Amino acid sequence: MNTNATSDYLSIDVQQAGPIPLNVQLSCGRNELIVLVGPSGSGKTTLLRTVAGLHPARHAYVRCAGAVWSDSNNRIHHPTQHRRIGFVFQHYALFPHLSVYRNIALACRNLPAPERQQHVRDMLCLVNLEGLEERIPSQLSGGQQQRVALARALARNPSVLLLDEPFSAVDQVTRRKLRRELAQLRHKLNIPILLVTHDLDEARMLADRMCILQEGALLQSGTPQEVLTRPATAQVARLVDLGNLFTGVIVRHDATRNYSCIRWGDVELECTLRTEFSIGARVDWIIPPENIILHRVDRPSKGEHENPVSGVIEQALALGENTSILMGTGHIGAQLSFMVPTHVARRNNLQEGTAITVSLLADAIHLMAPVPVPGKTTPV
Amino acid sequence: MDWQTLVLSFKLAFCTLLVLLPVGIVTGRVLAYGRFHGRTFAMACVALPLVLPPTVLGFYLLEAFGQQAVIGRWFHQLTGYPLAFTFAGLVCASVIFNLPFAILPMQRAFTAIATDIREASWCCGLSHWQTFLRIELPLAWPGIIAALILVFAHTLGEFGVVLMIGGNIPGETRTAAIAIYDYMQVLNEDAAGRLSALLLACAFISILLINLLNLRFVNHEHKRNL
Repeated sequence: MNTNATSDYLSIDVQQAGPIPLNVQLSCGRNELIVLVGPSGSGKTTLLRTVAGLHPARHAYVRCAGAVWSDSNNRIHHPTQHRRIGFVFQHYALFPHLSVYRNIALACRNLPAPERQQHVRDMLCLVNLEGLEERIPSQLSGGQQQRVALARALARNPSVLLLDEPFSAVDQVTRRKLRRELAQLRHKLNIPILLVTHDLDEARMLADRMCILQEGALLQSGTPQEVLTRPATAQVARLVDLGNLFTGVIVRHDATRNYSCIRWGDVELECTLRTEFSIGARVDWIIPPENIILHRVDRPSKGEHENPVSGVIEQALALGENTSILMGTGHIGAQLSFMVPTHVARRNNLQEGTAITVSLLADAIHLMAPVPVPGKTTPV
Repeated sequence: MDWQTLVLSFKLAFCTLLVLLPVGIVTGRVLAYGRFHGRTFAMACVALPLVLPPTVLGFYLLEAFGQQAVIGRWFHQLTGYPLAFTFAGLVCASVIFNLPFAILPMQRAFTAIATDIREASWCCGLSHWQTFLRIELPLAWPGIIAALILVFAHTLGEFGVVLMIGGNIPGETRTAAIAIYDYMQVLNEDAAGRLSALLLACAFISILLINLLNLRFVNHEHKRNL
């Protein structure tokens, strides 16, 4: 089988009840970058460690590049040393007593000396770190240490690269720079990459596919665009920090006009046709803030008839070039959150107490089957 | 100067070091990384000589080393020599008495190595043995050296256990600490003073060396965290 071309170059099936529950099936294509996102304790790092062979899960099946690394049914568990993995730890785990050169050379010590020297230099060049070979880790900045850790992880010519929150220990500026470098570097590597992060911006920027984990369960897997605009459940929406999450009731479907209608308080909203929800069914729904359009007070526009909702500004917070608006819909008892450019807010004199009307773009309203969350109620 | 007792004391200290170096490294590492039933019990056993009166330890060792006891009889059958009141017995007693001074600092030194550093080594393809030699030992060496210095100084000055197990046989079990006691018994303050000053200097230099090592280690850690 030509594993290079398949979408399951890396196959993972991990199940365990504790200490951290895990129930994840995942496939990753060659040259695909999957970002694992979830709250602390959701099992992201444990999943990475299982792939690396550092965590012996109760039931684990890991296959990479055609080689089975773990198969608990057949009592196969290759030790970490026998798996061709590159692992970048959260705090880099550089060997503090060894120079940059020796840190990297240790990972390719099986190569003959001249070849090894060249390989280490190539790795340093790959991560833009030439000239620092003789320094020890304590003489490097956080960003440089991260690059050494990446170079060391790649020095073994791994079949898979595992990155455990690799940018969490550096400042914002360095983080942005390192993300860009990883985004450039990954196309040269041609191996699957699993990246664990809490940072949604990071996930959005780097991921081919985002996997949302909670309490060891894979809640949704999809492109960042899918996950961030079409979350599978309200639970996923909350985990990826999407605001404007509400509950409604399906009122009707109109197949000829290709829309469904939901009742939200005393307002009826049109959205894309979703016949899988029956009439009268309760649904969770979201609308991304960028799809809430503020009506101009002075001049009516064409789109004003699209799902108009009126309310009063409860909070207008200038955040640099944008202003965050929190609009209370007194009759519904909910709050819509969206941003407008600060100059627009000033020109329209948007401040607390101002009555405004917005349109909720029908195409952007996303319906989800409700998952009950204890103690969390949203107005219908 | 009573050179014979000094030479014997140093010989005892070196023999104890030789035995405790591998024993301390292996036991310290097992206690640092091992997760097994009875670990707490094992740690209590290792630390016991710290709080046990030397005479009590000496008493039990003397009982165990006697030719009627299993250990004493076994050693006699094996070597043809008794354990009690001999230099070999003294070394055995010294090793047991110094177990916590060797093992506990070494255990701490291994524990101080972050788990992810060992795991990073495995991810680089190094076996557990290679990780031990190339990563763990170089990182733990300040703790190991400190432990050895502590054992050396402690053995030079040990009195109670030595007296109980070895008695006071010149050239065989009469160490410097015993000799000082003897000199004071016969009111030879000059000889006792000279030996005491030498042991004082040894003890002071040992502590100084340990502090210097610790300081170097702390500075290194500080630089790491900058």
